[in-house]
Amino acid sequence: MRYEVPVTAKEAASLLMKEKGKAFVLAGGTDLLVKMKAGVVAPDLIVDIKAIKGIKEIKKTATGFTIGAAVPCAALDENAALVKAWPGVVEAANLIGSKQVQGRCTMAGNLCNASPAADSVPALIAAGAKVVITSSKGSRKLAVEDVPAGVGRNNLKKGEFITAIELPKRAPKSGDAYLRFIPRTEMDIAVVSCAVNLTIDGKGIITKARVSLGAVAITALLVKEAAKAIIGTKLDDATKAKLADICSAACKPIDDKRGTVEFRTTVAGVLARRAAETAYTRAGGK
Amino acid sequence: MSLDSHSSDPMNPGLVERKFKVIGSRVARPDGVDKVTGRARFGADASAPGQLVGLVLRSPHAHAQIVKIDTKAAEKLPGVKAVITSVDLPDYTNGDRSMLDILENCMARKKALYDGHAVAAVAAIDAATARKALALINVTYKILPHVTDVDEALKHTAPIIHDHIFTEGTPQKSEMPSNQNKHASYGHGDVEQGLKEADVVISRSFKTEQTHQGYIEPHSCLASVSPDGAAEMWVCTQGHFVYRNQCAILLGLDANKLRVTSSEIGGGFGGKTHIWAEPLALALSRKANRPVKLTMSREEVFRCTGPTSSTSIDVKLGVKKDGTITAAFAELRYHGGAFPSTWAELGAQTAFACYDLKNVQTISKDVVVNRPKTAAYRAPSAPMAAFAVENAMDEAAKAIGMDPLDFRIKNAAKEGTKSSYGPVYGPIGIGPTLMAAKNHPHMKAPLGKNQGRGVACGFWFNFGGQTCVDVNITPDGNVTIAQGTIDVGGSRASIAMAVAEELGVTYDHVRSTIADTSSLGHNDMTDGSRGTFSTSMAAIFATRNAITVLRNRAAKTWEINVDDVEWKDGSAHPIGKGHGNLAPLSLKDLAAGAGNTGGPIAGHAEITADNAGVSFGTHIADVETDPETGRSLIKRYTVIQDAGKAMHPSYVEGQYQGGAVQGIGWALNEEYVYGKDGRLQNAAFLDYRIPVCSDLPFIDTQILEIPNPNHPYGVRGVGETSIVPPLAAVSIAVTNSTGVRQTHIPMSPPRVLKSIQDAKAK
Repeated sequence: MRYEVPVTAKEAASLLMKEKGKAFVLAGGTDLLVKMKAGVVAPDLIVDIKAIKGIKEIKKTATGFTIGAAVPCAALDENAALVKAWPGVVEAANLIGSKQVQGRCTMAGNLCNASPAADSVPALIAAGAKVVITSSKGSRKLAVEDVPAGVGRNNLKKGEFITAIELPKRAPKSGDAYLRFIPRTEMDIAVVSCAVNLTIDGKGIITKARVSLGAVAITALLVKEAAKAIIGTKLDDATKAKLADICSAACKPIDDKRGTVEFRTTVAGVLARRAAETAYTRAGGK
Repeated sequence: MSLDSHSSDPMNPGLVERKFKVIGSRVARPDGVDKVTGRARFGADASAPGQLVGLVLRSPHAHAQIVKIDTKAAEKLPGVKAVITSVDLPDYTNGDRSMLDILENCMARKKALYDGHAVAAVAAIDAATARKALALINVTYKILPHVTDVDEALKHTAPIIHDHIFTEGTPQKSEMPSNQNKHASYGHGDVEQGLKEADVVISRSFKTEQTHQGYIEPHSCLASVSPDGAAEMWVCTQGHFVYRNQCAILLGLDANKLRVTSSEIGGGFGGKTHIWAEPLALALSRKANRPVKLTMSREEVFRCTGPTSSTSIDVKLGVKKDGTITAAFAELRYHGGAFPSTWAELGAQTAFACYDLKNVQTISKDVVVNRPKTAAYRAPSAPMAAFAVENAMDEAAKAIGMDPLDFRIKNAAKEGTKSSYGPVYGPIGIGPTLMAAKNHPHMKAPLGKNQGRGVACGFWFNFGGQTCVDVNITPDGNVTIAQGTIDVGGSRASIAMAVAEELGVTYDHVRSTIADTSSLGHNDMTDGSRGTFSTSMAAIFATRNAITVLRNRAAKTWEINVDDVEWKDGSAHPIGKGHGNLAPLSLKDLAAGAGNTGGPIAGHAEITADNAGVSFGTHIADVETDPETGRSLIKRYTVIQDAGKAMHPSYVEGQYQGGAVQGIGWALNEEYVYGKDGRLQNAAFLDYRIPVCSDLPFIDTQILEIPNPNHPYGVRGVGETSIVPPLAAVSIAVTNSTGVRQTHIPMSPPRVLKSIQDAKAK
């Protein structure tokens, strides 16, 4: 096994491209090292991307925020502007693992690991985030919801890796929220999760919305019907009930050790309603 | 002072009156600094020159014939020093079927009996080589039908796991092999008649899932067998003498040729009372002629050590409108994993032990299934029985419109009660713990929205057993103690306190260590809450023997009769006429002069500690349940338990809190999940959910002291009873928070939500 620490994205992409064996990107390592210890993966090459210039920075730009791929989740919480603009994204990222894990893990890693239960992914999807993908040929952008391809699989090609996540510029009177269901209070993995992002007008009517569900299908879902159901409303009780029904109907879960189909389907609706209420309040709705 | 004095009211036995100087204080624990600074040596911290890494190959099948094991390729791999299978562990058990069961559990012989059952093991120069070697072992299995559910295993259609097991204890001799290895019955009176006399009859069935003790330290041992046949082993265990005895039998060694040294223990709770991989490490070392260290992974700990039984229990109660219980009946079905056990029988004995009953019967069915061999888990079998019985008690009280706590107080056992499992009780604490609960501020605290409160009580036998202790006076006048019971819950501090109390010196002059198996006589393992109870008793007697030696030395020094020497406050004092002008001789003086008065000063005691004194506790739980998700959180929790005499109250409180927390985890989320293929689905802490700190409130404790007349200080074991009531208390609280009787443990959110939805649909 070789371990490389390139200082440019191009060099990193080139190393990944040239490797004939199994190549893995290392940022926080909270998934990769665990899999290596468990004997699930045996890399031939590890490319540590943390030394790449700018990859551990959060930048506020004219079009929103650019979060470097190696920014640990705990650092998101220390950026006051980001917390103010995207509280739902930050709270989702800081539910991953434990405090210690949050000091290492990254949203880009959470996304590439492609677990349907990944906490930050539904929040990023609801936020309308995009990833910047770099290869030796250049870079391209992809919506977050298009990155996972299935359980443990993503749509990155050989020689590609994520260098940054871009969050759009925030409209006034917007709010987002992420909720996950776990049997305990922390140190757990989502049995079902939901993120809601919305914008309201001066009268409190929802003008824009995105709703995403996690752990109820092989990838996190963007539920467009759910967004449609709440746009044009003030999130009254009937709307909330409709939102819950649509989210429950959108679930394609499995029975497993963490929960039943019936449970996940019911609770997806409950979480959607509660996340929407929080997002609405955060947007300034009453 | 009289320890067995108590008032004429049998519900209120007398409390400890003796004034102690050291006992009852909260001294610093002797192992604390080393544990918080990482100096303490646990199982995996032992190492020896030239040691190899041992790894075990385990069956992926729940039930399979082992047709062939081909180890040739593994043996040829460079760096592999030994490969063993059951062929390398010949049967030395001489017809002792229970020992053969232990051997067969350590290494499968003809059949793999559960997912994770060991089939081969290797020793290699490093872990990577050992892993490669495991992959090169080719096992040919013939897969057999399996059964993992206790009720399914009893059906006529179930695959029979062992041809040699016939149900023991049935009225008629069994003629066909069965998955039920034992049938037993306890009780007295006439239950049928009692049910006829009842105004209300409650009948309910309950289930509990399998749980693991969840100790943080995985099993680890270092074994070294010399070519001359002598062996040493360093191991994390609750009973190194028992490990010594059993490993010696299984390896065909004389017990004196195997010296076992115990490490610090990172939790055991009953799970480290059995040998698992230790005989494999010894056999590997013998074959490789090198020391072998074998440390389990967490996955191995879950898949192939000793979790609890899962259970299925039916309860029937008859009650009169005035709260009198006219009849109590329970049938308890527990599995012991793939080997015969008596866990259901223990459940049957404990089920109604808290109550004074005229007509009571319990029937136990012990069952084998294709799961790992069940081991003890803190008051083994009692929590599940209490869960079923206490829920029935709660339901019965509500059915007649009586407060459930008052109902229990009315029916509580007391001194002189013939217990449901046979013996007649001496002074006991069930009545006082129930009264303390009734008067506790917790019972009067208001409940919030979606919150419910549950009260439940529980019982545990406690155990005494074989124990020996050496007390040695150092030349500088301090004291060392060699104890042979493993310190799992603070016994080193408590034993040192007892010796300091007897000698009349301060605690900081006394230090206790755990001696290896070649340095003391046999000691039973630390189980049954016997560690502090029995070891303190032996230590008190050993100290009294040392005091006799000290008085003799003083008599010799003073040239007076030993009868004229009194031991008081850490010194020898002359008594009687004519000796008044002699200055007292302190422990330090006598130790310094020991070389001239007869040599080193020591005291020894060897006992079988009988009459451990039964233990009772009552718990109060407040739970909030989210009605839309079924998720329950503990909001407040109180443990009230009889300690006899709390030698070190902080440790006692710790035992109360620890047992309660383990019970809370069991009640809410801990559960072995087996797939249809008979494989364990959640062999990791991520999906086997023990509570984390943020899941719990501070656990309140109240220590009652109803002395055990059979211990010099009145001590009772305190380690186990605290896990008995939580399953019941929490489930009754959830029943009250949701309005739906909870009959299936754990009350995981999917299970509770479904119970709410099903109740609504009715």
